[in-house]
Amino acid sequence: MSDYVIDVHDLRKSFGMLKVVDGLSLQVAKGEICGFLGANGSGKTTTIRMLCGLLVADSGRGTCMGFDIIRQAASIRRHVGYMTQKFSLYEDLTVFENLDLVASVYEMPNARKAVQDIMDRMGIADRRDQLAGQLSGGWKQRLALTACILHEPQLLLLDEPTAGVDAKARREFWDLIHDMAGEGLTVLVSTHYMDEAERCNRIVYLAQGRIVVQGGADEVSHHSGLITYEATGPDVDAAARSLRRTPGIEAAAVFGRALHVAGTDRAALEAAIYLPEYASLSWREVEPRLEDVFIHMLSVKGEEP
Amino acid sequence: MISLTRLYALLRKEWIQVKRDAITLRFIIALPMMQLFLFGYAINTNPQHLPTGLLSVEHSKYERTIIAALRNSGYYDIRTLASEAEAERALAQGELMFVIAFPPNFERSIDRGERPAVLIDADATDPSAIGNATAALATITGALDRDLPPVMRTTPTAPAFQFVIHARYNPEQLTVLNIVPGLICIVLVMSTLFMTTLSITKERERGTMENLLAMPVRPIEVMVAKIVPYVFIGYIQVVLILIASVVFFQLPLRGSLVTLLMALGLFIACNLALGITFSTVSANQMQAIQMAQFTLLPSIMLSGFMFPFRGMPAWAQWIGEIFPTTHAMRIVRSVLLKGNGTPDILPELWPIAAFMVAVVAIAAWCYRETLE
Ligand SMILES: Nc1ncnc2c1ncn2[C@@H]1O[C@H](COP(=O)(O)OP(=O)(O)OP(=O)(O)O)[C@@H](O)[C@H]1O
Ligand SMILES: [Mg+2]
Repeated sequence: MSDYVIDVHDLRKSFGMLKVVDGLSLQVAKGEICGFLGANGSGKTTTIRMLCGLLVADSGRGTCMGFDIIRQAASIRRHVGYMTQKFSLYEDLTVFENLDLVASVYEMPNARKAVQDIMDRMGIADRRDQLAGQLSGGWKQRLALTACILHEPQLLLLDEPTAGVDAKARREFWDLIHDMAGEGLTVLVSTHYMDEAERCNRIVYLAQGRIVVQGGADEVSHHSGLITYEATGPDVDAAARSLRRTPGIEAAAVFGRALHVAGTDRAALEAAIYLPEYASLSWREVEPRLEDVFIHMLSVKGEEP
Repeated sequence: MISLTRLYALLRKEWIQVKRDAITLRFIIALPMMQLFLFGYAINTNPQHLPTGLLSVEHSKYERTIIAALRNSGYYDIRTLASEAEAERALAQGELMFVIAFPPNFERSIDRGERPAVLIDADATDPSAIGNATAALATITGALDRDLPPVMRTTPTAPAFQFVIHARYNPEQLTVLNIVPGLICIVLVMSTLFMTTLSITKERERGTMENLLAMPVRPIEVMVAKIVPYVFIGYIQVVLILIASVVFFQLPLRGSLVTLLMALGLFIACNLALGITFSTVSANQMQAIQMAQFTLLPSIMLSGFMFPFRGMPAWAQWIGEIFPTTHAMRIVRSVLLKGNGTPDILPELWPIAAFMVAVVAIAAWCYRETLE
């Protein structure tokens, strides 16, 4: 048995002619929080489904919590908590009824008490008797997360768990994930939010079904070889518009009152920003933001055949 | 292994969902009743003033008396026909339901006590339409009694004259008693089959299937949990339909009610299982519905409900034998009308059970534990 909770090699999956996952290998250690990033359609959901046995890989092998992902899917199901991207609990059942169903299906001893405890812990006890379909989007996400940690799984597979959730709830959510990771839970979480990516121990970036880069947030930034400058001054929006069309600059975007530009060719970049028309701006070099890095990777990967 | 805890949890979930969908539930219970009344009365109506043609040579006094009696029964609207050819044509085209032909020298034959026959050709394509009218003929054979000397009057063994009825186009006449038991089965198959036909495709289309599959549930548990609540609802239907049939259609209850309920329970479960199977093998709700409709038609046409079973060609009988409705119909008829018990209906019971086992096996085989 491998030391990794997730240990898969060379997974492949196609739908018709479309190669959705294309030779993906991934190792995640116990207690690790692994962020799964990538553009829409890059194969995140498909990979997660293969990990918990909901899709069968065309080829490749591997284990999840020591169980073979092809032959022991049933055992994996018992020990994994999978939160689907789309809300998939029963909308015509109440919060309590949904959780009660989950607890009973996992044959938890003392299911009722377990449900009550988890509702208290997750702060949804007030909504106990509300129909799941009538919850707001954020509360639905919270209910779904509650349902997938209810049976005390060893591994959480979370597919965009915070889509549509407000900032405070997202913060609480990530605090909770870190708490549980501290208790030994392993988490694989897909997200499109950069601030969430920064809270992961490790980021895995996917493009067209392949891992392009992985590592800690700063490693990923360094790996990109991206150079970033930041400017403040009058009318940064107009400058961003014209810089975006300047050769040597891959991205120019305004964050708050500061203008960010990024490129891989230092000479071309500096030549561009020190043009006379931008003399009113004061420039300084900064560490690339994760967001810049990913946008950079997206555009590079997008140009590949 | 099947786990009772899981099964019970799934059952509870299905039951809550059924209960909460109150409109559908009311529909499920009300529709079969409406169908029973609609079809029951439509078939059971007692049509009167049926168009009748008269072929007569001599227009004798006796004939006039008999015709008056026929008119008075309310069933016959009589007009005189010119020729046999006209009678033949009108009957074939459905303009006339009956043609009454008095033999030549009818009056003399009566007076001589020859007890002549009056020929009645009846269009029996719709037997229930002419059933009551032909039944009324029995009372009319006494119509001449007042005109005749006592020795020649109708006695129980020998009427003064007799009607000879040719049931044309459909020699094997069905009766209302034949129709209502059949109707019970048709109404049940229509309502129960569709209860489960959408159940699994619904989970798939709502996206809840992904979560269900991610949990450690067994296919058979999911299916059983989806069937059982509807067996219960199906029983409510059976009881309501039986009560209505007895109260409104004077259906006799000659056999054991327990036997009947047991057999119908199996029939319901079988339909529900078939519905689940359709739901499992089809990709979306549309496909599932089409499959259900595809089985409904032969269940109605080839089960002996629409046409006498023995009148069908052998290959059609073979197909008919496959469908549970055919057997359920025979069971209901034999228990209700003949008063048969469990041993008598066993030959009809096991084909239903076998059908059910087969469809459950297909469903279990086709049930995918993955999203593909
Ligand atoms: N069942 C399926 N049949 C056919 N194509 C599919 C199926 N599931 C996914 N795909 C295709 O596979 C590709 C990857 O889908 P996937 O859901 O894994 O992407 P994702 O990374 O999760 O995207 P997102 O960020 O939008 O959730 C998409 O192009 C999608 O259209
Ligand atoms: Mg996805």
